[in-house]
Amino acid sequence: MADLEIPPTGAVDLDRVIIRFAGDSGDGMQLTGDRFTSASAVFGNDLLTLPDFPAEIRAPAGTVAGVSAFQVHISDHEITTPGDEPNVLVAMNPAALRSELGRLAVGGTVIVNTDSFDERNLTKAGYRSDPLTDGTLDRYSVYEVPMTSLTKDAVAPLGVKPRDAERSKNFFALGLLSWMYTRPLEPTLQWIEEKFGKRPEVAEANRTAFRTGHAFGETAELFDHPYTVKPAVQTPGTYTSINGNTALAWGLIAASQLAKLPMFLGSYPITPASDILHELSKHKNFGVRTLQAEDEIAGIGAALGAAFGGHLGVTTTSGPGIALKSETMGLAVSLELPLLIIDIQRGGPSTGLPTKTEAADLLQVMYGRHGESPIPIVAAFAPSHCFFAAIEAVRIALKYRTPVVLLSDGYLANGSEPWRLPNLADLPDISVAFATETNHVSAEGEPEFWPYLRDPDTLARPWAVPGTPGLMHRIGGIEKQDGSGNISYEPANHERMVHLRADKVAGIANDIPLLDVHGDVDDGEILVLGWGSTWGAIDGAVNRCRARGQKVARAHLVHLNPFPPNLGEILRRYPRVLVPELNLGQLVKLVRAEFLVDARSYTKVQGVPFTAGELEAAILKELGA
Amino acid sequence: MTDLTATAAKDWASDQEVRWCPGCGDYGILKAVQMLMPDLGGRPENTVFISGIGCAARFPYYMNTYGMHSIHGRAPAIATGLAMARDDLDVWVVGGDGDMLSIGGNHLIHALRRNVNLTILLFNNQIYGLTKGQYSPTSEVGKVTKSTPFGSLDQPFNPVSVALGAEASFVARTHDLDRAHMIETFRRAREHRGAALVEIYQNCNVFNDGAFGAITSRSARDEMLIPLVHGQAIRFGKEREKGVMIDGQGRALIVKVRDVGEEAILVHDETRTEPGLAFLLSRLSSGPTEPTPVGVFRAVPRPDYGGETNRQLAAAQDKSGPGDLSSLLHSRPTWDVA
Ligand code: SF4
Repeated sequence: MADLEIPPTGAVDLDRVIIRFAGDSGDGMQLTGDRFTSASAVFGNDLLTLPDFPAEIRAPAGTVAGVSAFQVHISDHEITTPGDEPNVLVAMNPAALRSELGRLAVGGTVIVNTDSFDERNLTKAGYRSDPLTDGTLDRYSVYEVPMTSLTKDAVAPLGVKPRDAERSKNFFALGLLSWMYTRPLEPTLQWIEEKFGKRPEVAEANRTAFRTGHAFGETAELFDHPYTVKPAVQTPGTYTSINGNTALAWGLIAASQLAKLPMFLGSYPITPASDILHELSKHKNFGVRTLQAEDEIAGIGAALGAAFGGHLGVTTTSGPGIALKSETMGLAVSLELPLLIIDIQRGGPSTGLPTKTEAADLLQVMYGRHGESPIPIVAAFAPSHCFFAAIEAVRIALKYRTPVVLLSDGYLANGSEPWRLPNLADLPDISVAFATETNHVSAEGEPEFWPYLRDPDTLARPWAVPGTPGLMHRIGGIEKQDGSGNISYEPANHERMVHLRADKVAGIANDIPLLDVHGDVDDGEILVLGWGSTWGAIDGAVNRCRARGQKVARAHLVHLNPFPPNLGEILRRYPRVLVPELNLGQLVKLVRAEFLVDARSYTKVQGVPFTAGELEAAILKELGA
Repeated sequence: MTDLTATAAKDWASDQEVRWCPGCGDYGILKAVQMLMPDLGGRPENTVFISGIGCAARFPYYMNTYGMHSIHGRAPAIATGLAMARDDLDVWVVGGDGDMLSIGGNHLIHALRRNVNLTILLFNNQIYGLTKGQYSPTSEVGKVTKSTPFGSLDQPFNPVSVALGAEASFVARTHDLDRAHMIETFRRAREHRGAALVEIYQNCNVFNDGAFGAITSRSARDEMLIPLVHGQAIRFGKEREKGVMIDGQGRALIVKVRDVGEEAILVHDETRTEPGLAFLLSRLSSGPTEPTPVGVFRAVPRPDYGGETNRQLAAAQDKSGPGDLSSLLHSRPTWDVA
């Protein structure tokens, strides 16, 4: 990686920059952003990304509906969000400019592919006049680059078909931005080789386009100088770049090893959860069995069947799939078998916004079943945290023989960040023992097995798997006699069982970490309480408010059912409590109901995460500052 | 420490009181299964019965094996997961026509096409029993029930045709009044590796009494049941005077043997790869009021899903070695910070 070390002379240092790549769905913007991110990660910047793409696989080309964008925030210090307002917008066509310009910071940089600004594309984008000349861009620094024709000219000598030549223009853009921000070239060149090695002409075209874009930056006298964003000071260790879904899949594999149980995934494809199925289906050598089921119900049903057989049963889905799985989740509550249900939340209701993020399933997974049907809930707060959240959710499921819901969302699923790889020896042993012996003596003095005779501490029932001699038993969704597990319609027994199931889940509170408070712990004027992917924006906002001299504390819940045992005490400690959520106020309802505190809600449901700036303003407003 | 001593029928009966209506056909089916089990040489601890909801779905409670009485329609899906995870187990699925052809129809057809190693007993009584007498997806058109006071409008499913259309590798039919035939059919189903579906005509004497009487009663059987026996001409009647032939148009017809000659009678071949002929046989009768074939329609070898899953797992381990977590975490580009 020779070009990694030497910034070109005359480069100007930035502490951070936020770049938004935008183009038509077919322009390869996700890939461009992803490659820019990888090179930056290897370079050592801290970073976070926000992919933003349409639900339609091929929305009409050139329209605003078809715009696909990728935002990346790179920094020389630790950051927790993909950035509020981009500093740089790369617009590959008029629709991208029209759809994304409003996000750009005033005075920001716009780089446009002028070749696509013809009358037809302008019309498709809904422009009546040319924004490049009509004053629309007056408040920005604009760089007009004919990317398509420069790319075509450069690759023409290679004999590439014009159509394929044009496809390489995103690599031109990537090369140009790599020059502008002094990114190392080697990782991208290497990636092109790995990815397109089998099609040498495509590889060569992309390489050429990439180098041409880079050279264009250097030689065209358009740009004064490049910029550098130095590597961030990071904790020593080995890092990789990870998104939430991959981290989650790897966390499941880790959990399977830590539990010494083979994993079984039953799943039905659904955005934005499918990548977990894709990732897990690759790792058969870990003993992972995956079933792409006929529907959501079969996905969880098969996972539950595997759990009955002593496997680690997992099902993955998004909000609409949870709705379909809810009856089987109730069965799992009744059977008291370990089962992990993963919900990668997206905008709803119904199909809603499949590719956009939202966190509005909390109350669904908390209460969306019939009867008294308590299920523990764990929520990941950052892409890399998905790894640990998966292990924690599995730990609870196995130890307490209960279905557990793990919540993530579209933003965590697709967003990536550098991740310092954990020391595997630090991961917990979460293995549990199967029952092998009878546990009761019948009235006739015969040893027998009672499937619902509970462990007095955890209230978990024994997990006796088929194949174990002498422990044959039948379980089912009908109410069971406490202890023996035989069918029972007795009123008092039903009430006892309802309480036992509730107490078992409530008791997990004693087995999870206390909630930590950060910031002005002792003299905070306000506590900001969050859960899920809002962590980064809350952290950023709280730091900004404190930098302004405000006294602000924050706490972030990973366990949403049960809550950490000190939550009530913490809530009562602060004069004000603000709960920002990407829904209309779901956690806030739970804490108000449970703790009788006047927690306030701040919400957003636009399919995108909070920015730190929005939350900063909300906190200041709440403080009357 | 598996016990290798032989079992008896009583070893397979649980201590739970059987609670079907007196006279229900389910009793005979339960008895046949409990009698067959010792013969199969399996062990109760390695046997699992999974059911959904309905009268038939109570079945697992009465077997001294592992069992799960799950939720309506989902038994084939749950059993699919168990059979894939644990191919050392004998997994049975028990359910009725409402459970497996209505609410759970999707799971049934997919378990069949995947060829999951399951023995599926479909108790067809052409009625909803547990919910007290609504028409079912196998009820005849015009069925007057509580939910169809003017007669049902729905064309019924023919479960054998459905299974054949769903790529099942083993499909059979039997009925609750002939224990020997049930035992033999269940044995064949259990010995088949892959998904085996057995439709059992089962009398619900409370809500649909006598639905199959016209063909299964002792006096009617000779004339109304057409036994399918592999390698034998398909003939029936007291004197075996009737038979099935395929005419020039490709239709299956019931004929008098003496009219067409013995050579014209179709010889049953359950192992045909193409399910077309089995399908024709399944369409011979449009309901249990006409001469109806019973026995094994189709039994073809096909790799089973759990076995194939394990084969892929073993191949992956041969190729890449057992999974190593550290290598997995380092499988994407990494960089070191000192
Ligand atoms: S209702 Fe019918 S099927 Fe159900 S137990 Fe009674 S007789 Fe049998």
